[in-house]
Order: sequence, then structure tokens, then C-alpha cells
Amino acid sequence: MIAALACCIIGTAVVGALQNAGLRPDASSLKASLISGVEWLGELGLFCGRLLRAAIKPPYEFAEFIRQCDSIGSKSLPLVALAGAATGVVLSLETHASLVRFGARSLLPAVIVFSILKESGPIIAGLVLSGRVGAGIGAELGSMKVTEQIDAMEASAVDPYKYLVATRVLACIFMLPLLAIAADFCGILMGWVANALTDSISLRLFLQNGFKNIVFSDFIPSTLKTAVFGLIIGVISSFQGMRTKGGTEGVGRSVTNAVMLSSLFVILSDVLMVRLILAVFPET
Amino acid sequence: MANDTEYPIRVDKVFKSFGEQKVLDGLSLRVHAGETLAVLGRSGTGKSVLLKVMIGLHSPDSGSVRMLDQDMATLDSAQLIGVRKQLGFLFQQAALYDSMTVGQNVEFPLARHTNLSPQDRLSKARDLLASVGMEHETEKLPSQISGGMQKRVGLARALALDPKILLFDEPTAGLDPITAGEIAELIVDLKEKRKMTAVVVSHDLHTTKRFADRLILIANGAIRAEGSFADLEANHDEFVTKYLQNAA
Repeated sequence: MIAALACCIIGTAVVGALQNAGLRPDASSLKASLISGVEWLGELGLFCGRLLRAAIKPPYEFAEFIRQCDSIGSKSLPLVALAGAATGVVLSLETHASLVRFGARSLLPAVIVFSILKESGPIIAGLVLSGRVGAGIGAELGSMKVTEQIDAMEASAVDPYKYLVATRVLACIFMLPLLAIAADFCGILMGWVANALTDSISLRLFLQNGFKNIVFSDFIPSTLKTAVFGLIIGVISSFQGMRTKGGTEGVGRSVTNAVMLSSLFVILSDVLMVRLILAVFPET
Repeated sequence: MANDTEYPIRVDKVFKSFGEQKVLDGLSLRVHAGETLAVLGRSGTGKSVLLKVMIGLHSPDSGSVRMLDQDMATLDSAQLIGVRKQLGFLFQQAALYDSMTVGQNVEFPLARHTNLSPQDRLSKARDLLASVGMEHETEKLPSQISGGMQKRVGLARALALDPKILLFDEPTAGLDPITAGEIAELIVDLKEKRKMTAVVVSHDLHTTKRFADRLILIANGAIRAEGSFADLEANHDEFVTKYLQNAA
């Protein structure tokens, strides 16, 4: 029953989002929305097939991949770190009062560490990246598309799926887990700072209490799931960019769709992956 | 029947539509080796689409396009890349990669399709840029140079792999008469030095006369008139006469 309800919510959300994304602006009926949704999924499937072939077949674009890792990874680090730090502070402040009320103040470090490692850090990294990187990829590829730069690349006998798309998608997949670790680190550190302002607790004691019951299966799956977030962000935003039509207005639409759809699919995939992780690691 | 080496470009009964809009309507043409063909016509008559069909950026709905003895519709991606390496394409807005400098734009195809060392690539890119009068702008970004300069750089990039065929999409569009004349001069120069086969899509009858061996006039996706400039002037078709009068 829960699964059916979840499917219903996800289906409604996806159809609504696709309609809002302007995939068929004139579609008023549910049937037309469903058809445009299926068309969009079909195009996405073809896009993924072409992307997969481009990514697997040599030669590989290592230099461009490294450049994208820098652009997507290191240039997003300050934003992700700040978002992670803010989450740690908010968690500490909000949870502190509740735990004091129930006489469980000593559990605060564990609550902060568990919460950040298992969910807050990864999802914050995923959502921040879907905004920053999704918009960046959507705008860059979209403007290249409308100014015929992608056609020029094809005319120069260079596969844009290999040079532009595969490198960006792979960079997202590789950099998301690293950025999630950065968000975890900053969140836990600032969680301690916020905690130390109200309770006198050393960093060492905070970490001892916080990590006392943490095992690798708490950390590894939740961090690795961000690679899936990276795949989603890279694929969706590249797809929206590569199908841009209609000049600068079209670029704006692609950017909006890239951010909105990648954020939506990150959240939906998180629901599924949390369920999957709980099934694979039941003790967690 | 003439063989494909005599006609490196053969377009046979090509139809192409975008939705309800018919763009190419059974168009056929052949271009001799070393010939420069000018394609004229009103806006929206399928001239640019014809060029993109030739290079494989658009697939025809029916009909065949043979470039350098290869049927473009039957090529796999590796074979298509092989053919495209022998084609140069100058886009209407030059389509330079705006994140790369002028020099990097010209080096881009060389880096991907040749085994030249970085120094040799740089040297060849400088030579190509010098051939279009842009050797002093190598470090600038495309946004820092004028439209005419961008066209020159686009031409240098199109020549990077020493193509056998050059396709020009409105090379003088949006340029002042002097810059348009300079671009036309470059095309004449290329024609004389490299003896390449070329197709030039243009509205500019005045500059086209300087380099075209043959002209075709397209209307409603099909060829309305064909021949030398004198042949077109002698044509009494109402559309041809009106086009030539207004173009003049």
C-alpha cells in the first residue's frame, strides 16, 4: 500500500513537473501530458544510449574531463561546504532544545553525526549541485546549441556527446561523493561549534560521542548514493541543454528545466535509494 | 554516366520537412570537382538546410546525398567522422567556441584528428590564421573580435584539416560591404590556391559573382534556375527576373 501510494505521488509529481517544464505548453488534458511525458522519456532514453556509446568508445577526453572536474567539483566546494556548515548549525540548534526537553542532551553529538552522515550531507550536496551545476550545464550547452557551436563541433568531426556530455556527466558522478564528504565534514564541525556555544564540550568528546555507534555501512552507502545524484544531475541538465531550441528564451527555459527536473529526480531517487539501502543493510 | 570522383557532391531527389513545413522538395544537384557553386534564394527556402544535409547534420526524409563517393545516409559514426574530416564548414554566425581563444578554436580540429605535436599544431594554427589575416588575434576570445573577424577565424578553422570540399553558409551575411568584399576575396584566393570544391549559400549576388562558377536559384525547396550569371540574366522566369532585379 505504501509502495502504491509512493508510486502515485511520484507519478503525479513527474507528470506535473514535465508539464510545468513546458514540454507541451498547449497540453491541457491529462492524456496530452502523459503523451508528452512519454515522448520526453523516449528522447531521454535515446540520449542516454548515445551518451553511453560515446562514453565507452575510445578515444577518451581526459583533459576535458579534468577541466570539468575542476569546474564542477572544486568551484562548487565553497558553496557545498557553506551549505553543509549551515545544516550542521541548524541541526544542532533545533535538536538541542528537543533533546534537553526529553533529558537526552548527551545524545546531541550522535544525532548530529548520524543525521548528517546518513542523509543531510548527501542530499544537501545533491540539491546544491543540482542548482549550481544543473544551471551551469544547461546554460552552457543550451547557448552552444542555439549558436550552432554544437553543430560546428559535429561538422569538425568531433562527437559532442563524447567531448561535451560524457565528460560533464562523468565529472558529476566522480565529484558528488567528494563534495558530499566535504558537506559532512563542515556540517559535523559546525554542529560541534554550535553545540559548544551552549554546552561546554570539546571537539574530541563530541566526535567520540558522535561516532561511537557509527559503522561503515552508515557512511559508505549514503555517500556513494550521491554518485547516482551526480549521474542524474549530469544527464538531465545535459539533456535539457542539448535539446534547447528558440534562442535566448530557449536557453532560459532549458536552465529552468535542468534545475527543476534534476532537483526533483534527485529527491525522488533519494527516496528509492534510502529504501534500497535499508533493504541491503537492514541493521542500519 | 559520370563517376563520383568527377562529382564529389551528388544530391539526388532530396526531400526534407520539419513538421508540416516542407523545406527541400525533391532537390537534385551535382557539383564538379574544383567547381564553386553558389546557391541563391529567398530566406527560408532551404539553402542552409541543404548544406546541413550535405554534411550530415540533418538526415533527408528521402533521397540520397553522396559526398566524396560516400552515401551519407548509410555511414556509421566512425565513417561519418572520416568523411567530415574531408569537409570544411563555415557557419553563418561563424559558430566559434566561445570558451576558447581564437587560436584554440583553430587548433581544436587539429588536436583531435592529427598527430601533430602541440608546437606544430600551434604553428599550423598561426599559419592558417595568417592566411585569413588574423595572426595577431590568437589570444583573444571570440567575443572580443568583430563579426567579420569571427568569419575569418571560422574560415581558418574550416581549413584546418585541409578539406577537399568547403561549404559556406552565408559567408558575407551581416557584414559591411568592405568586409564582405574581403571575405569574398578570401574565397577567390582559396579557390585559386587550393582548387577545392565549394558550395556557397548566399543572398549577396554582387559578391557571389566574383567567385561562383555556377549559380542555382532555389524556390520552395527546389531548383528554379541554374547556370552562369549570364544564363540567369537571360532567364525570363518571373521569379528569377524579380530576384535578380531586387538583388541588384
